Amino acid sequence: MNADARMTDVMRASYGRLLALLSSRTGDILLAEDALSDAFAKALIHWPKEMPGNPEAWLLTVARNRVIDMARRDARIDFRNDVPEPGAPAPAVDDFPDERLKLMFVCAHPAIDVRIHTPLMLQTVLGLEAEVIAQAFLLPHTTMAKRLVRAKRKIRDAGVAFQIPEPEELPPQVSGVLEAIYGAFSRDWLGAGALAEEAFYLASLLAELMPDNAEVLGLAAVIAYTLSREDARVQDGVFVPLEEQDTAKWDGRLLQIARSYLERAQAQNDLGRFQLEAAIQAVHADRIWTGVTNWDALVQLHLGLSRVAPTIGGTVGYAAALGKAVGPEEGLEALCSIDAEVRAGFAPAEATRAYLLSELGRPEEALAAARKAISLTVEPPLRQYLQAKSAALAAELT
Amino acid sequence: MRYTFLTYSRPEDFANVPPQELGQLKGLFGAYIGALKEAGILVATDWLQPVSAATTVSDGGNRIQDGPFAESKETLGGYMTVEVPDLDAAISWAKKCPMAKYGAVEIRPTAMEA
Repeated sequence: MNADARMTDVMRASYGRLLALLSSRTGDILLAEDALSDAFAKALIHWPKEMPGNPEAWLLTVARNRVIDMARRDARIDFRNDVPEPGAPAPAVDDFPDERLKLMFVCAHPAIDVRIHTPLMLQTVLGLEAEVIAQAFLLPHTTMAKRLVRAKRKIRDAGVAFQIPEPEELPPQVSGVLEAIYGAFSRDWLGAGALAEEAFYLASLLAELMPDNAEVLGLAAVIAYTLSREDARVQDGVFVPLEEQDTAKWDGRLLQIARSYLERAQAQNDLGRFQLEAAIQAVHADRIWTGVTNWDALVQLHLGLSRVAPTIGGTVGYAAALGKAVGPEEGLEALCSIDAEVRAGFAPAEATRAYLLSELGRPEEALAAARKAISLTVEPPLRQYLQAKSAALAAELT
Repeated sequence: MRYTFLTYSRPEDFANVPPQELGQLKGLFGAYIGALKEAGILVATDWLQPVSAATTVSDGGNRIQDGPFAESKETLGGYMTVEVPDLDAAISWAKKCPMAKYGAVEIRPTAMEA
């Protein structure tokens, strides 16, 4: 392997670890990035001549020296006494601590603009280029780059600490990190860069770093379940609802990973939103074995979810499951608990109402609801799906 | 019902944006306009040059002024006119406009008789 390829490899594998370590020692991500890119530039010159035995340790030593060098010139940087001496022997890879968890907490810190949490995490932990992130978030490159720099300055200037939050602060802070990862996962409409794989990497990493946190494991399960259905979600440009998807198109390997995360989450005896969402997905996934969807189980899980984390989307999911398990009348009633004005602006609610009304033999109202749902929907595959439904309803009426 | 989305932004946000980045932004707009067309709701649209290229005619045509009608921090950058059933639908689409991300999209219903 030539130095270039080797370097790309090292960079991908250890960028986040090196950056996390450097920033956690200086409290300054910008400085750490500068030092690290300086180290990579030096590597480009030196490695072709002589490849170091431990490239990661080599990079860390060079970057650390650079940090110390810059710190001398800039007295504002508060050096903590645990920065190793530059002359100290290069640490072995497993010798230096993994500070990525602290970095993740910093990226999703409540003092940092919530809209930049996800991009910040993608850039610092995964080393993703601002340009790629900008594409996924439908922002021009410069705008994204500016926002990232602003956030890093804030972290430095406000002295956001690189630390694992105190136990009483932990749940809200973990939830911030989970939201940031989930943000990478819920891809943007028309977004050119899909970040689902990156989100899965972050979720798996977090699960590795916090192996006893039920919600962390739950999120990893949710993402794995959803990723497993990637090839079945849209057929010929038309959206396919979960319960109608061809199970042969699901990814068995990811389903297994998802199941194992969910089982580990359940073993923690600490029920939360993501674990419940994962459990709902697990019930759907079971159709691969049983051939049917267990709607009764889904009703119970949706009910649980609406208690733990009430959302409009959750209520719609509950109403849909109830409609299947008990009857459309009951489903419709559950749907009516949503404020009518809110419902009228929420496409899934109107789409579900259309389904329940047509089951009740009220095709005219169903058609109106379906049309309302279409008018609120922007994603082409979903529009196509709803348009087919509404055409069927219209045909029923003539 | 017909609605027009007026997109506003601060020109200073674009002052140092290199042409290639502006090209990206155009690409984002292109995709958005494409989606409006695909949904069959686009009536008309245009993307405007900055106010430095504006000329304002007033006072019964006697006054021709180099510049915009009103100096302001946020300026109009373009518009899209769409035909959708109601305000809910208009909001759903406006939310997805690229300008909703770092500027603002003002939704104005038509005042013309049908």
